[in-house]
Amino acid sequence: MEFVLLIFLPIVAALFIPFLFRKIKGIHTGWFVLLVPVVLFIYYTTFIKTTMEGGHAISELQWIPTLGISFVSYLDGLSILFSLLITGIGALVVLYSIFYLNRNKEKLGNFYVYLLLFMSAMLGVVQSDNVISLYLFWELTSISSFLLIGYWFTRDGSRFGALKSMMVTVFGGLMMLGGFILLGIMGGTFSIRELIAGSSSFAGHEFFTLALVLILLGAFTKSAQFPFYIWLPDAMEAPTPVSAYLHSATMVKAGLYLVARFTPIFAVSEVWIWLVTGIGLLTLFWGSLFAVKQTDLKAILAFSTVSQLGLIMSLLGAGAITFHVDEALFSFAMFAAIFHLINHATFKGSLFMIAGIVDHETGTRDIRKLGGLMSIMPVSFTVAFIGSMSMAGLPPFNGFLSKEMFLQSMLAIRHFELFNFATWGIIFPVVAWVASVFTFIYSFYFVFRTFTGKRKVGKLPLEPHEAPVGMLISPVILAMLVVGIFFIPNVVGKWLVKPAVMAIQPYQYSHPSEVDVHVSAWHGFASVELWMTAGIILIGGLLYLSLSKWQKFYRIQPESLSLNGLYDATMTFSEKGMNRISRLYMTGLIRTYLLYIFAFFSITTIAMLFLQDAFVVDMSSFSKINAYGLINAVILLLAVAFVLLSKTRLGAIISLGAVGYSVALFFVIFKAPDLALTQLVIETVSVALFLLAFQRLPKLSDHGETKSNKLVNAIIALGVGLTVTLVALSSHSQKLVASISQYYKDTVETEAGGGNIVNVILVDYRGFDTLFEIAVLAIAGIGVLGMIKLRLARKESSDENK
Amino acid sequence: MKTNDVILQTTTKVVFFIIFLFSIHIFFAGHYTPGGGFVGGLLTTGAIVLLLLAFDLKTVQKALPFNFTIMTAIGLLLALGTAAGSIFFNVPFFTHAFDDFTLPLFGVTSLHTAMVFDAGVFLVVVGAAITIIQSIGGDS
Amino acid sequence: MELVMAILIGVLFTAAVYLILSRSLLKIIIGTGLLSHGAHLLILTMGGLGGLAPPVISKSVTDFADPLPQALILTAIVISFGVTAFMLVMAYRAYAVHKTDDMNQLKGNDEHD
Repeated sequence: MEFVLLIFLPIVAALFIPFLFRKIKGIHTGWFVLLVPVVLFIYYTTFIKTTMEGGHAISELQWIPTLGISFVSYLDGLSILFSLLITGIGALVVLYSIFYLNRNKEKLGNFYVYLLLFMSAMLGVVQSDNVISLYLFWELTSISSFLLIGYWFTRDGSRFGALKSMMVTVFGGLMMLGGFILLGIMGGTFSIRELIAGSSSFAGHEFFTLALVLILLGAFTKSAQFPFYIWLPDAMEAPTPVSAYLHSATMVKAGLYLVARFTPIFAVSEVWIWLVTGIGLLTLFWGSLFAVKQTDLKAILAFSTVSQLGLIMSLLGAGAITFHVDEALFSFAMFAAIFHLINHATFKGSLFMIAGIVDHETGTRDIRKLGGLMSIMPVSFTVAFIGSMSMAGLPPFNGFLSKEMFLQSMLAIRHFELFNFATWGIIFPVVAWVASVFTFIYSFYFVFRTFTGKRKVGKLPLEPHEAPVGMLISPVILAMLVVGIFFIPNVVGKWLVKPAVMAIQPYQYSHPSEVDVHVSAWHGFASVELWMTAGIILIGGLLYLSLSKWQKFYRIQPESLSLNGLYDATMTFSEKGMNRISRLYMTGLIRTYLLYIFAFFSITTIAMLFLQDAFVVDMSSFSKINAYGLINAVILLLAVAFVLLSKTRLGAIISLGAVGYSVALFFVIFKAPDLALTQLVIETVSVALFLLAFQRLPKLSDHGETKSNKLVNAIIALGVGLTVTLVALSSHSQKLVASISQYYKDTVETEAGGGNIVNVILVDYRGFDTLFEIAVLAIAGIGVLGMIKLRLARKESSDENK
Repeated sequence: MKTNDVILQTTTKVVFFIIFLFSIHIFFAGHYTPGGGFVGGLLTTGAIVLLLLAFDLKTVQKALPFNFTIMTAIGLLLALGTAAGSIFFNVPFFTHAFDDFTLPLFGVTSLHTAMVFDAGVFLVVVGAAITIIQSIGGDS
Repeated sequence: MELVMAILIGVLFTAAVYLILSRSLLKIIIGTGLLSHGAHLLILTMGGLGGLAPPVISKSVTDFADPLPQALILTAIVISFGVTAFMLVMAYRAYAVHKTDDMNQLKGNDEHD
């Protein structure tokens, strides 16, 4: 089966959603939608067998073969892992949304269409082997994310957040496209596989570092890395299922996917390792630091997502070290990255769902108003507790395992000797440890401020109670995974993580079993990580208990100096600035625009004529001066002068008619009887037309036009006249291509059975032109009729008059 | 536009038919000698404009009770139909056919499908031009 | 003859552009009329003016004028008639509605940005 088509399955399903939503009233639309991710999930699990053996599957669909652009679904360990995450979490989120979104109040048709659109786009991103189609899907995820954030489009916050995420991620996407094109130029192909295979040949290319930075910009904006993370907290305006799905489990991980996918190409570069590891670690620290500041449940989770994404990013960077040094010490990092990616999806997904439940059942997400919900919502509390403890890195939860491996990898960086890491490497474990302390604090802050402590009864908008069972199913499943993975990490490792690691590091491994990592919870008392974790718990615990004393220090930072302030200032500036600039030349006066057009026309044409040496006058090709022609030319000049100088409407119209008649005479002189006839009649009819409309026409007046304006007009007019004269002369004097007229002359009797070549051209050779021309004439007639007869009721409410 | 010019009106009655017949002639002759649908149509328009100037809008409408908007549409359809008709004979769009026929009264005459197309052009030109003039003239 | 015609066309275009740039609606329409006359003559001149007979097949004639520009001009003449009529009506309707034919006042206001 061509499984590349499955990428489009959700989009195809989306076509039916509005119909199902309108026609089938009894059943929540979500149940139909649920089928899609479930079916896909089951289908994709069948590939695990292949990828566990280090294999892959390819399916291709041609799109624009001449440009080397196609849809290629390339399923290896990494792609399968992501596909399973997308469909698996997707199924849980859809299930959750069925209970979260009220069928009668919400526009479910829109919601599920956007969601399915996103699903297709995301599958496309992680499966595409062709960078151009990858880019297409990438932007499609941005667009569907925009639509989903703005789902409640009547709220200001939603629209603002949607626009912000769009601005940031599409900016990154465009940069990434630039990077892809540079890669295409260097490697001569758009296929990622072929680029990886040939990467050694262009590693020293002058575009290499530029392409690297551009692609990283794409990854960093999408994965909310410092300083681009600002869009993610504002994206929390989306319905909670969306936050759980797009903004924690899948879409924001597209950037991580991109970095992982391109590691084999760029790992050779020092810039890559420094940027990915450095920015990742900075984001980890920054996100965890500011998570503690937040008071909105979802905002805490948003900053924690930012920080965790940074963690995975830094691991991906550290994993790239293996490209240079093949030591067991460094091989942990990549495994840890993938492992934590899975773990994060499980615990963060469940936490978002709980935040949604709290919001749904109490009516607020403000942590200052919440408290003591443990006894009312025991199941929710348990899930939240499991998720938070995993996030804080405590046993017996999966977060503990990956956090240990993370610390281990950061410690290992000290031993890397290239690229100045020997000097600066010590910074990494220190920052990682500080960030982990803050992670510990905000995890506790999230769960205990909400569920324990005193109940603040009067402050809640709704009377709190436990959520319906259906809503709890998804978070409970995820929480069970959180605990389950702790006990069977090596099974997960063998099935999912190792094949993915192999896909990222094809230069090192040829079979997943070669990835020599065994996860264990206990490393013995001698291990540094254990003592670091103990330190985290001790210091973190103390700081959490004294939180109320130091949380107020966050308020020192003024809002205008934050990155958000910078974003707002940039947006206002660009909007106002652009407006001011365009007002400089967009006067609203038609004369101004015509001046631009005419000036541009004459300047460019004359410049090209002389630059290209195209101005040639061949006197010998001219025909003899004709006495009648000369006389007629004088008549025409006089008529034109009368048109210009006439003070009355009537004079101008009659002189214009005179111009027309003398043009008709020219047609006679130059042997064009058809034209002469047509021109004569048309001129007559036109003059009649003008006279019919005469009474309604305004009087001639120059409306007090200044002398200087007239002078400018005259200069521009002279320029145009000169240009046309030059063009007329040189186009007559040189013919690059022989005229088709000879063909017409030769065939007019045999092929068309006619004698008047002009007429035969009109009705036969170039009949298409004539057909369209009479269509235009008919449209002009209908237009005139419409303007006069169908004035409707515009007289009273014409907004121009007000 | 109320005029009371007896000389003009009387001449117009005669001249109109001369112009009109001439336009028909020039239309049919178009394939071999100067003329054709455009010129023919415009001449007819000119003749009607002359009527309009000599008499007034209402009289002309009574004398020529055609809906010129519909005439435009018929002309367009005729032209398009001629062009599209060739598809049914399995030749490319817009292929014209012609042959000589012996007709009673006229003798050997060559007939062209291009003539039908030209008739469409004729109708559109007359229809559109008169629509425009009638609209402007009838605007109150 | 081509030289004379080229200069004549230049004059026609100059006059047309000058009128089009003015503020009065009627002048703009007259300007476009002149512009189309200029364009027709331009096409004719480009094709050459030396033909000895009209482009109609007859036994004795071998050198006749280029038929292609003529066919193009014929279409252009009829189109320019339609366009002129359309603009004429548009102009006097605009004049009737806005009570002015000054282009400076017909520029809309900030609401229409």
